[in-house]
Amino acid sequence: MLAEIGHFALILALLVAAAQAVLPMLGAARGDAALMAFGRSAAGLQAALITIAFACLMILFGQADFSVALVANHSALSQPLPYRLAATWGNHEGSMLLWVLVLALYGAGIARFGDNLRATLQARILAVQAMISVAFLAFALFTSNPFARLSPAPLDGAELNPLLQDPGLVFHPPLLYLGYVGFSVTFSFAVAALMEGRADPAWARWMRPWVLAAWVPLTCGITLGSFWAYYELGWGGWWFWDPVENASFMPWLLGTALLHSAIVTEKRGALAGWTILLAILAFSLSLIGTFLVRSGILTSVHAFAVDPERGVFILAMIIGATGTALGLFALRAPQMKSGALFGSISRESGLTINNLILMALTAVVFLGTFYPVIMEAVNPANKISVGPPYYNLVFAPLSVPLLLLVTVGPMLAWKRDEAASVGRKLLIPAMLALGLFAGLSLWLGLDKAASAFGLALGAWLILGAGLVLGKRWWGAGGFSWRLVRTTPAATVGLALAHAGIGVTTAGIAAMSGFAAETILVMRPGETAQAGPLAVTMVGAEEVPGPNYRALRARFAVQQGGGERSLVSERRLYTVSGNQTTEAGIGVSIAGNQYVAIGDVQSDGRGQGLVVRIYWHPLVGWIWFGGLLMAMGGAASLSDRRFRIGAPQVRTGLAPALVPAE
Amino acid sequence: MRRLVLALTLLAASPAAAVLPDEMLKDPAQEHRARAISKDLRCVVCQNQSIDDSDAPLARDLRLLVREQIAQGKSDAEVRDYVVERYGNFVLLKPPVEGDTLLLWAGPFAVLLLGAAGLVLWRRKVPAATPDAAPLTDAERAELDRLAGPRN
Amino acid sequence: MKRLIFILPIIAFAGLAVFLGLGLTKDPKELPSQLIDRPLPEFALPGIADTPETQPELAGFASASFKGEPRLLNIWASWCAACPQEHPVLERIAAEGFPVYGIAWKDKPEDSRRWLARYGNPYAGVAADEQGRTAIDLGVTGVPETFIIDKKGRVRFKQIGPISPEVWEGQIRPLMQQLRAEA
Repeated sequence: MLAEIGHFALILALLVAAAQAVLPMLGAARGDAALMAFGRSAAGLQAALITIAFACLMILFGQADFSVALVANHSALSQPLPYRLAATWGNHEGSMLLWVLVLALYGAGIARFGDNLRATLQARILAVQAMISVAFLAFALFTSNPFARLSPAPLDGAELNPLLQDPGLVFHPPLLYLGYVGFSVTFSFAVAALMEGRADPAWARWMRPWVLAAWVPLTCGITLGSFWAYYELGWGGWWFWDPVENASFMPWLLGTALLHSAIVTEKRGALAGWTILLAILAFSLSLIGTFLVRSGILTSVHAFAVDPERGVFILAMIIGATGTALGLFALRAPQMKSGALFGSISRESGLTINNLILMALTAVVFLGTFYPVIMEAVNPANKISVGPPYYNLVFAPLSVPLLLLVTVGPMLAWKRDEAASVGRKLLIPAMLALGLFAGLSLWLGLDKAASAFGLALGAWLILGAGLVLGKRWWGAGGFSWRLVRTTPAATVGLALAHAGIGVTTAGIAAMSGFAAETILVMRPGETAQAGPLAVTMVGAEEVPGPNYRALRARFAVQQGGGERSLVSERRLYTVSGNQTTEAGIGVSIAGNQYVAIGDVQSDGRGQGLVVRIYWHPLVGWIWFGGLLMAMGGAASLSDRRFRIGAPQVRTGLAPALVPAE
Repeated sequence: MRRLVLALTLLAASPAAAVLPDEMLKDPAQEHRARAISKDLRCVVCQNQSIDDSDAPLARDLRLLVREQIAQGKSDAEVRDYVVERYGNFVLLKPPVEGDTLLLWAGPFAVLLLGAAGLVLWRRKVPAATPDAAPLTDAERAELDRLAGPRN
Repeated sequence: MKRLIFILPIIAFAGLAVFLGLGLTKDPKELPSQLIDRPLPEFALPGIADTPETQPELAGFASASFKGEPRLLNIWASWCAACPQEHPVLERIAAEGFPVYGIAWKDKPEDSRRWLARYGNPYAGVAADEQGRTAIDLGVTGVPETFIIDKKGRVRFKQIGPISPEVWEGQIRPLMQQLRAEA
């Protein structure tokens, strides 16, 4: 019954979305307030209906109702409840339903929180959002119906892949979807602006919270995914430049660029056309990412649906959405007013260079991901692969100028500044960072100079963030608590986010230069070294689990005078026959100790267990930095100045208050 | 430092391991070379992994092959060429720099340069910053203050 | 000039869409062979017979013997899921008078023998590559795969995956006939 209710709700949602796609657009063209208001009601209704459908699916998963094919294929009686529920989106059809749900919820959000928007703009945004909904609802209903029944219903299901039976599955996909589906809102903003023929500072100011609303969860989702890969897939890998990872990283890079270019448009009215283009491209890359992951066009460890037929449908949707938007851009954007002027050394120029480098970085990831596909078409005889060696070689050097700029940017004045003035402000951080670089290079050895540089770069970024706060908190009369208390949330956001990049950079630098690894066969009582670690195998025994049998080995790890026990397991899942290794990780601010066992093997001294020992210095900083960035974004989002009511205009002259950052 | 240490001991999952002790060469320098080369070779039967990371049987065969070649005294380039001769450029995770891949290697820098050139041209067409017009007269300033409100 | 810049994105996107569409028609894992029009790599492999004197057809063979007539070289294994599916086609090929040789890849000889006893032996000769070194020389990425070798010992064609009746009739048999007619 629930499956049928869910299915029906979905069909109704499609009809509502179809109406929402057409009527408000007509209303905006004719100035008909009733039709425009219909857009808001329809958005709410659509969200409610899809929520019902999704809830039905989740309940079916929770109840382990195997008469529904999807549940039977991705869940089993022995599977713990949290993973029965999370399995709702641990498959293609369910995750498409999640996609559609987030899309509708964002649409409802525009209706609910967008009352300060120009009515025609809001109506057009809702209509564009609904068009995207129609496409995805149609895709879900006609090619990926999650509610298909299975008859006769099996007594037990095929369980979810054990790699996915993990807390990560509960949070990672929903966060990612909140992220890159969230960029649908900025896409709709951009298309609506093109239709209206205006992208003025007010438009940019209205759009900025939505950019943040998508950017923050995407940052969290990517950070969580990296963390999950680290302890799930093991031995220190936290980023593999896999096509699916890249599919989430490209919208993030463009989203970051969009965030910064929107500031220029909002503050100075410049770069409006560019901001629109970025908004279109960011969501287009989200769509292309969805295509990539589900069409089978590229091989990936992550690919969870490989179906070229579905790929055709998604490609058609991409051509429709992006093609129309870019066509509209070609037609309308040239006519839009170009904005204010700014000096070669100014905040605007800094942000423009920021965008330029981010585009180049996006190009690296994009070319690397899609080149094999392009080559297949152009020269099938010369099939190539693009893997981590390419990305590491090209991405890292290109990112250095950007990271250096991050600290300089906030010190630049709007419109016009002088090199000397900026230089004075940055003198102390620059000396400190250079000193750190020199010191580390000498102390750790010149062969580690690259890592030392990375650590110094991290320090440069963290100091820069401190400088922003320092300038705010030390007024004419010295340090003042009042100044601290009245710091705009957006300023705190900037400082947190930029510091976060520094922390992540430091973590990456430490991991690439100073990680240690030892792989060997061990027997109880033996000790092995890996970098600063001395690991002794204490014992091993067989242990049963809820849906698996395991061999568990215990270790004592000594480092710098302290000792810690770690445990590693090798599990055999009884239903599927899959085997996994659970690593023991000892976490500290300085880094992680990591021990994982393998199978029984013999070496020169007899039989034992394969043991892999790793030392991962500062690895936690990589994700902590991501968390700081997300917190920074959230802080900016909470800034009061974004939640302006009807724009206050004294007379026609003064623009509404615009935040400094 | 001990006070700061979080004694969190996590249990986390990872699949079967890749390089095994019984494959490893005795000479650490050679083994280091073998690991480096392995990281650059794709496991052709896997979903986008290097032979160093993959536990597929063919990956193991190739790891052993790489070590055998190194032990025979072949250079890194010769070992790579040996594998490419059999599987093509597909097996290299760092694509070769050749005519076909020019766009791949040069593309990002081209974006940077073209974008920078575009910016420079755009700024040439538009004066760098409008030189300030003649300063406001007192009457104009008073009018401005009336309209926009007093400056903070 | 200004208009041109604004048209650039949609043109670039159109190009990308074409490539993505084409990409949908290809299999990203299928690897074209490096051996086409090159000599068959040298090998001399043992057989799977446990009493070679009484089972000469299971006694193994060498690459040097691949001269004078076009042959099919089929890589298979007892653990291969698709091989039973291909087997009837191989028997048919052998019945039509085309020699098919088989290399059992990373397979224990007893398992290979058992598999042949169960399904029947279509091969003119069977060899075992337990280490997998010859398979690497041949660029094998999975089973079954089949190579077509001409009279001069050069590889002319590689079939990845099982040979279906359509592939046999449409591609491989005409090729074999053409190779027979060659000098």
